[in-house]
Amino acid sequence: MDTHKLNVATTDSPAAKPRKLKIATVSLAGCFGCHMSFLDIDERLLPLLERVEFDRSPLTDIKRCGFCDIGLIEGGVCNAENVHVLREFRAHCKVLVALGACAINGGLPAQRNHLDLGEILQMVYRTGHGLAPGSAIPDDPELPLPLNQVHPVHEVVKIDYFLPGCPPSGDAIWAFLTQLIDGRDPALGHGLLQYD
Amino acid sequence: MATPELERILARHRGDPLQLLQILIDVQAHQGWLPPATLSAIAEALSIPRARVESTASFYSFLHTRPAGEFRILFSDNITDRMLGNQALMQALCETLWLEPGKVSEDGLVCVDTTSCTGMCDQGPAVLANGRTITRLTPERIDEMAHLIRHRVPVGDWPPEWFHVEDNIRRRDVLLDHGLAPGAALAAALDRGPTALLSEIERSGLRGRGGAGFGSDIKWRACRDAWGDAHYVICNADEGEPGTFKDRVLLASYFDMVVDGMCIAGLAIGANKGFIYLRGEYRYLLDRLETRLTERREQGLLGHNILGRGFSFDIKIHLGAGAYICGEESALIESLEGKPGKPRIRPPFPVTNGYRGQPTTVNNVETLALAALIAVRGGEWFRAIGTPASTGTKLLSVSGDVASPGIYEFPFGVTVAEVLAAAGAHDTQAVTSAGAAGHCLAADEFDRRIAFEDVATGGSIMVFDASRDMFEVARNFAHFFAHESCGFCTPCRVGTAVNARLLDKLAANRGSPYDLDEIGKMHRLMQGTSHCGLGNTATIAIDDMLVKFRPAFERRLMSPEYEPAFDLDAALSQARRMTGRDDADAHLGDNRSALAAAGARAPGGVESAPATAKPAPAKDVQP
Repeated sequence: MDTHKLNVATTDSPAAKPRKLKIATVSLAGCFGCHMSFLDIDERLLPLLERVEFDRSPLTDIKRCGFCDIGLIEGGVCNAENVHVLREFRAHCKVLVALGACAINGGLPAQRNHLDLGEILQMVYRTGHGLAPGSAIPDDPELPLPLNQVHPVHEVVKIDYFLPGCPPSGDAIWAFLTQLIDGRDPALGHGLLQYD
Repeated sequence: MATPELERILARHRGDPLQLLQILIDVQAHQGWLPPATLSAIAEALSIPRARVESTASFYSFLHTRPAGEFRILFSDNITDRMLGNQALMQALCETLWLEPGKVSEDGLVCVDTTSCTGMCDQGPAVLANGRTITRLTPERIDEMAHLIRHRVPVGDWPPEWFHVEDNIRRRDVLLDHGLAPGAALAAALDRGPTALLSEIERSGLRGRGGAGFGSDIKWRACRDAWGDAHYVICNADEGEPGTFKDRVLLASYFDMVVDGMCIAGLAIGANKGFIYLRGEYRYLLDRLETRLTERREQGLLGHNILGRGFSFDIKIHLGAGAYICGEESALIESLEGKPGKPRIRPPFPVTNGYRGQPTTVNNVETLALAALIAVRGGEWFRAIGTPASTGTKLLSVSGDVASPGIYEFPFGVTVAEVLAAAGAHDTQAVTSAGAAGHCLAADEFDRRIAFEDVATGGSIMVFDASRDMFEVARNFAHFFAHESCGFCTPCRVGTAVNARLLDKLAANRGSPYDLDEIGKMHRLMQGTSHCGLGNTATIAIDDMLVKFRPAFERRLMSPEYEPAFDLDAALSQARRMTGRDDADAHLGDNRSALAAAGARAPGGVESAPATAKPAPAKDVQP
């Protein structure tokens, strides 16, 4: 039962053009490399925009996610804010996609996982070299607290699709999105799938 | 380490780098662990890179590159040991000695930990105390053990009855009742000569008893025909499959049949050198076996010019050091060559490129003993026993919820129900057909037959009655494989770890149907993508249990929807402690209410709320 397949033909009037799908994107504990790779679809962005409109995304600067058809998550989950944003995406997106190595595995930021967070904070803010006198660990309530470890997104919310790569190529993202928008189950063949 | 001692050990192994594992085992036996300086000294003496020494030293569970304690007590942690109460005993020992499991006491006196199945399932719970097997543990023995450890009484001076290992042979058939004198089978084989012998083996239909069932005559012929400077026979006595202990009994009480079988294999393939790869857990057998080999040499049954017939064949025993993967034949050969036991890429197969790159046949202990029987009685006689596709008898190691655990020799074709009845099983819920790595049968399958064409088995029959929780069996197996994966290929290394984590999540009552789907997905992924049999079989029993005993898994589900893999609020604990914050933003509520709250805040309200209940499993975008 593929309830999360997108039915693009659903409109009030059969003659009308299909409604545009809504896409939201975000980079959590990532480097925006996956977003840059997304932009590598280049001029194909124009035909894409005929079929979709962007909701919350670095492309629009919309701050809160509305109800969307597709959510693309770049990066793993390293702090409380990441958790809130990820939950917001899950609550608003019919299909949630883990985009790239960090979202899928935690990636580079997860290299801190073998260290104790308490010791990291102590060293960075209290005992490290070159700190101003009286330096302290920031405790401003505005700042999100870091999690003990960095986690892949599927350990926090349910993820519908995983698109691997560091980053996945623009062609892979294009193939994935067009298949999904066409209402098909995305299947990327050799050359588009990479685990690096 | 005193250099003379190291030199003595190196000299005994003739400074051969292929003996590295045996050298490390001997050095550790002498000084308790393998300090960095010793590893460097060994590397220098053998003229091999330090990294090679370290990679072997760090691969095997029973080798320690850190101080391991004067007393090292390893509880066998197979599910059958658990069913006999090993966890409570281990906890009691730890509490009496003020220890944390797995950590060496501060005074360096003792470490208590678990180890994979030690092959004493019919007489557990069992431990390895400084490598020596102790069976039938009781709370009283644990109390006394704690006392002995505190008073630093050497393990060799502990009560001798603790070390007693029973054969527990419950049913004998043609092999266990062979009635042959030592060397009789070998004499018969020499009478036949290699060509006729191979024909007899072919006529017998003998298939490998390790579980895979490969035709022994095909293997031997291929090995014989392969060109090489030397040919080798290897007896695979790395009996690591949880729940199997038949090879231990054959080695302990039928060793002459095994040695005869090895000599016969040597005759058949044209080898004059053989190895017995004895698993480290059976170290207690080593001296006895060595003594018997020496006696046989004196009796003209081994070594140069056997029985005065001009055939020479000698055997050397190699010890393993706690690695299940070394039961895989190419990993075993790597280990025999002193390397970490990682399976080779095949082809080429060992029959053409095995030990030292030479043609090598690797056979199970039981297969070799049966070959000895066939050499005497002939192929037609053997073929008449069992089924047409699975000839002869099979030794079954039966343990778990039965009145009489032990060894049962049955002709192939026996039904599971007949085995259960013979062993005195009641109210049986499930049976493993081939240990942790084979199918798990439910009650409606007990009329199936034990044979390669139906229920293929290496002989590990673990029985679970209706009182057992099959989820805990699956979890025990998942942790076993996560520990034993050699780490060479990603599907197995990661897959076994993911499985163990998913089952732990379910055990903590934090699971959802999503996690059950993931376990199934991992099963399909690891089958066929893994490098060797370990990864390919590591999920078979677990997936069977998930399908056949699903309520045992489902009753642990926290919700019908997705549940996070970890406690989100607890994941902020260190940051809260370091910053001293305890405001609302320094906490993360539970997932479901947080998701609901996130949805309610959104523009558009409930009317355009998305379809949230999504039972469809997550997908990779593979074609």
